[in-house]
Amino acid sequence: MLLYMSAATDAEAGDQCTFEDWIRYEREMKDSGIWVSGHPLQDLTTCTSVRVGADGERTITDGPFVETREVLGGYDIIDVPDLDAALKWAARSPGATGGASVQVRPIAEIPVGV
Amino acid sequence: MRGEGAAVGSSVEAVFREERGRLLASLVHRFGDLDLAEEVTSEAIEAALVHWPAEGVPSRPGAWLLTTARRRAVDRLRRDRVLATRLAVLQAEAERAGPAPPADADRDLPDDRLALFFTCAHPALPAQDRGALTLRFLAGLTTTEVARAFLVPPTTMAQRLVRAKRKIRDARIPFRVPGADELPERLPTVLQAVYSIFTEGYAASSGPDLQRTDLTEEAIRLARILRRLLPGEQEVAGLLALMLLTDARRAARTGPDGEVVLLDDQDRTRWDHAMIDEGRALVLVALTGGQPGPYGVQAAIAALHDEAADVASTDWPQVVALYDVLLTMVPSPVVALNRAAAVAMRDGPEAGLALLDGLADDPRLRGYHLYPATRADLLRRLGRDDEAAASYRSALALVGTEPERAHLLRRLASVADD
Repeated sequence: MLLYMSAATDAEAGDQCTFEDWIRYEREMKDSGIWVSGHPLQDLTTCTSVRVGADGERTITDGPFVETREVLGGYDIIDVPDLDAALKWAARSPGATGGASVQVRPIAEIPVGV
Repeated sequence: MRGEGAAVGSSVEAVFREERGRLLASLVHRFGDLDLAEEVTSEAIEAALVHWPAEGVPSRPGAWLLTTARRRAVDRLRRDRVLATRLAVLQAEAERAGPAPPADADRDLPDDRLALFFTCAHPALPAQDRGALTLRFLAGLTTTEVARAFLVPPTTMAQRLVRAKRKIRDARIPFRVPGADELPERLPTVLQAVYSIFTEGYAASSGPDLQRTDLTEEAIRLARILRRLLPGEQEVAGLLALMLLTDARRAARTGPDGEVVLLDDQDRTRWDHAMIDEGRALVLVALTGGQPGPYGVQAAIAALHDEAADVASTDWPQVVALYDVLLTMVPSPVVALNRAAAVAMRDGPEAGLALLDGLADDPRLRGYHLYPATRADLLRRLGRDDEAAASYRSALALVGTEPERAHLLRRLASVADD
């Protein structure tokens, strides 16, 4: 589950969920046994991007290149049987409310022997 | 000899038509892989085409096909290591889930089609692909036939189906019937997928007519299956009723040269009254026992049209009241447009026109030819011919199909003096 939230600049808009909501949600995931790992990420202002060009030259810039309204705020890896189960958990996340969204993506399985 | 072969052939066709979706659903349930299920279903049908003409159709053809297909699937899985790993996981999951069902051959083909309906119409799939998947996997149409149904090139449709199948597999869209808590949220996508098949068939006054008729019939057939599988769901009854009550007018909807004949001018003796009776009975089911849904309400409106001896004696107050209800469920400008037309029938064209003027600024109606066309008809009835002609011209600039264009041109000619 990738938690996409509004960039800090418009964080004051809408009814934001509280810190307690997140604590509760995290505890529910852990108690149910589906939670594998995950982290919240620091604010976008702390972001630095690295690109290596075709000539091997390294470019370091401040922030993400693309100007987007929503940024990745954190992620949780959960172990559930199918998409419906994952969507149920995603819908319970405080990160799915107040104009933010939670994206659900499977972890790619690399075939054995490759 | 030849006659006998043909008789076996046609009964075999009927068996395939009836059993294909069930077979596929059962195999997806067992092996969790749409591609594999599709391939072994085809192989089992091919095997039947070889064996049945010589040995006769078995007493339980569905069970025969299932056994054959399962054997092929297991053979393939043994050969394919990647799939075999997946199967091992699936079997472990199945064992955890509970005891396996009794042995194959002794059971008739279990009906897993409902789960397949929900897989094909899962909200995680693009809305435009849900009807296509339903036609492909539940109605058993070939990719080429599905492409023709949705008016896209076969290669495009093939790509869309491959992409959708890959998403079902890789995103782990489950093959299951949603629980009672999720059903209200998920059933509308299934009904919408079936209804999109119907509207593709119904809206086509152009194109090869026969194929399009097949589509409306296929949608009705799918809705009947859903109705059998979900007998307690009012909206399933409502959808089936709506399609029956609409399709009942098919023969009268076009004239001898394929031109559009509007409701006002249709020869009502040409309506299919058996379909109307069936639809009306289903409307009662759709409207009772709980809060009716949008399909039930639309079916009720269609029933009021179908019950009336002519346009004048239609129960317009009731039609307007039902549109009021529908508008609260589906706040769309198209519904508001239809409501305005019904108000015009109840209270006169001025009243309808006033409502239409209120919708003039809705951007969602821009580009919708029925807005100026409806307006033009009301102006014509008021004798405001110049304004009517202008509105018919606006509609002509937007109309898509030839028969509708011809109809608008005829109407334009009736109000334009030159």
